[in-house]
Amino acid sequence: MWVDLIITLVKIFFILAITVGFFAPVLTWVERKQSALMQDRIGANRADIMGFTALGLFHIIADALKMFTKEDFIPDGANKVLHTLSPIIALVPALVTFAVVPFGGQYTLFDKEVNLVISDLDVGLLFVFAIASLATYGYVIAGWSSNNNWSLLGSMRTASQMISYEVTMGLTIIGVLMVYGTMKLTEIGAAQEDFLRWGFFLQPLGFFMFLTASIAENKRIPFDAPEAESELVAGYFTEYSGLKFGMFFMAEFVEMVTIGAIMTILFFGAWHIPFLTTATLLSWFDFLGTTGSNLVVMLIHVGVFFAKVVFFIYLQMIIRWTLPRFRYDQIMKLGWKILLPLSLANIFVTGLVILALN
Amino acid sequence: MELLIFYPVAGLCVALALGVIFNNSPVGSAISLIGMMLGLAAIFVLQQAHFIAILQIIIYAGAIMVLFMFVIMLLNLKQGDDKGWASRDQNLLLSVLTGFLTLGVLYKIAEVLFSVDMNTPATLPDTFGTVAVIGETLFTDFVLPFEVASILLLAAMVGAVVLAKNKLD
Repeated sequence: MWVDLIITLVKIFFILAITVGFFAPVLTWVERKQSALMQDRIGANRADIMGFTALGLFHIIADALKMFTKEDFIPDGANKVLHTLSPIIALVPALVTFAVVPFGGQYTLFDKEVNLVISDLDVGLLFVFAIASLATYGYVIAGWSSNNNWSLLGSMRTASQMISYEVTMGLTIIGVLMVYGTMKLTEIGAAQEDFLRWGFFLQPLGFFMFLTASIAENKRIPFDAPEAESELVAGYFTEYSGLKFGMFFMAEFVEMVTIGAIMTILFFGAWHIPFLTTATLLSWFDFLGTTGSNLVVMLIHVGVFFAKVVFFIYLQMIIRWTLPRFRYDQIMKLGWKILLPLSLANIFVTGLVILALN
Repeated sequence: MELLIFYPVAGLCVALALGVIFNNSPVGSAISLIGMMLGLAAIFVLQQAHFIAILQIIIYAGAIMVLFMFVIMLLNLKQGDDKGWASRDQNLLLSVLTGFLTLGVLYKIAEVLFSVDMNTPATLPDTFGTVAVIGETLFTDFVLPFEVASILLLAAMVGAVVLAKNKLD
């Protein structure tokens, strides 16, 4: 009982440390450096401590300090409670999704089965989808409670965009569900031990549609009409400053990690290395004993998993700095007239293939 | 242990439900309703009905209420636009019908309450509430009601499209 509780707490701590503690701050730096790289600039490199700049990494500390010390401004006529609550509503779903995301398989450590997922829900895949849809409220309420027309327009766009792309996302998930026959993310991950059974090969169309829909859900360029700087000042977070603005900012980066993790599990073989089964890997380290070999394999798998997550984050960054912003009507057209029929066709074809193979 | 979660959640649900009725601003009401639906989902989880809980969040909190919020914001309803329930035109027929409906629901609840033996705890199979079991039940024992419900939803959807299209043309 106590051991289980401690193991769960360790897992929660690990996930929080790696998302909020590592990825979110480091990604602010990576995004600047990546944009600089793609635009042939040098990028952030001015913040220094006693003459050391560490490639601009100290900008992370400077940013954090700035956000903590800035005035927390609430505009006149704004709804104070909702204005304060909405950044929290926006950030929490991105973090909560990780409760069902497995970052490794099952390992036997000290005669105890350790499953590297905080909560292995039977409805895991649906849980991800449900929580993702709740994030909409953070952005919608933020715009409404700010008492600013730019913000309101931004949040209207957010609501319509997120509703539209949730439909595609949900229908794409059904394709994955049909192929693997389970909603448990751990089982979907485990089913991809065979390289040719990766979701990317079984649901190629689903992969691209899911990627598109999730970038649209995260409202990053090319889908950033809700915060379009050239039209709406800053969209739904125009009236936010200090740490509350920081939370919206953080939500975006944490969501990038979430998207990367979900994509890895659904389409990119989760924690598996191509052509290398867990059994083979375990046999290589047999000389270390059961606990030793399991421990080594666990570390390798967690490393592989996060390497794939990093790949997807990098992919999202490249997309962000490559494409221009889509117009609002183009976004709607893509969502309802192209992606929605395609995702329905994907389900139909998947069903036919499964029927034919059986 | 379960009661420790049940009572706060149930209390919160009731408070939020009252909030829906007594809130002056439409957005406040909508947000209370969302909160109440999340609370209901938590109660479903306590009953081991994970699938229903998730559906509650996806369909009501995640989809329908977002549309509610969207419409409220689109019309930009402000506090005080509505004079409250007291001065609203009262449709007698509707009130009577609603009254009977409420009585019917209460009667059903009472019937269930008195027919259940409270002293023996219910035993559930391990697979209770899993997606597979619910799917199997839906597509074997309840396939006709299930299909009828889907046709009803489809008809409603087509009706909505037709109504919206007529206005646009």
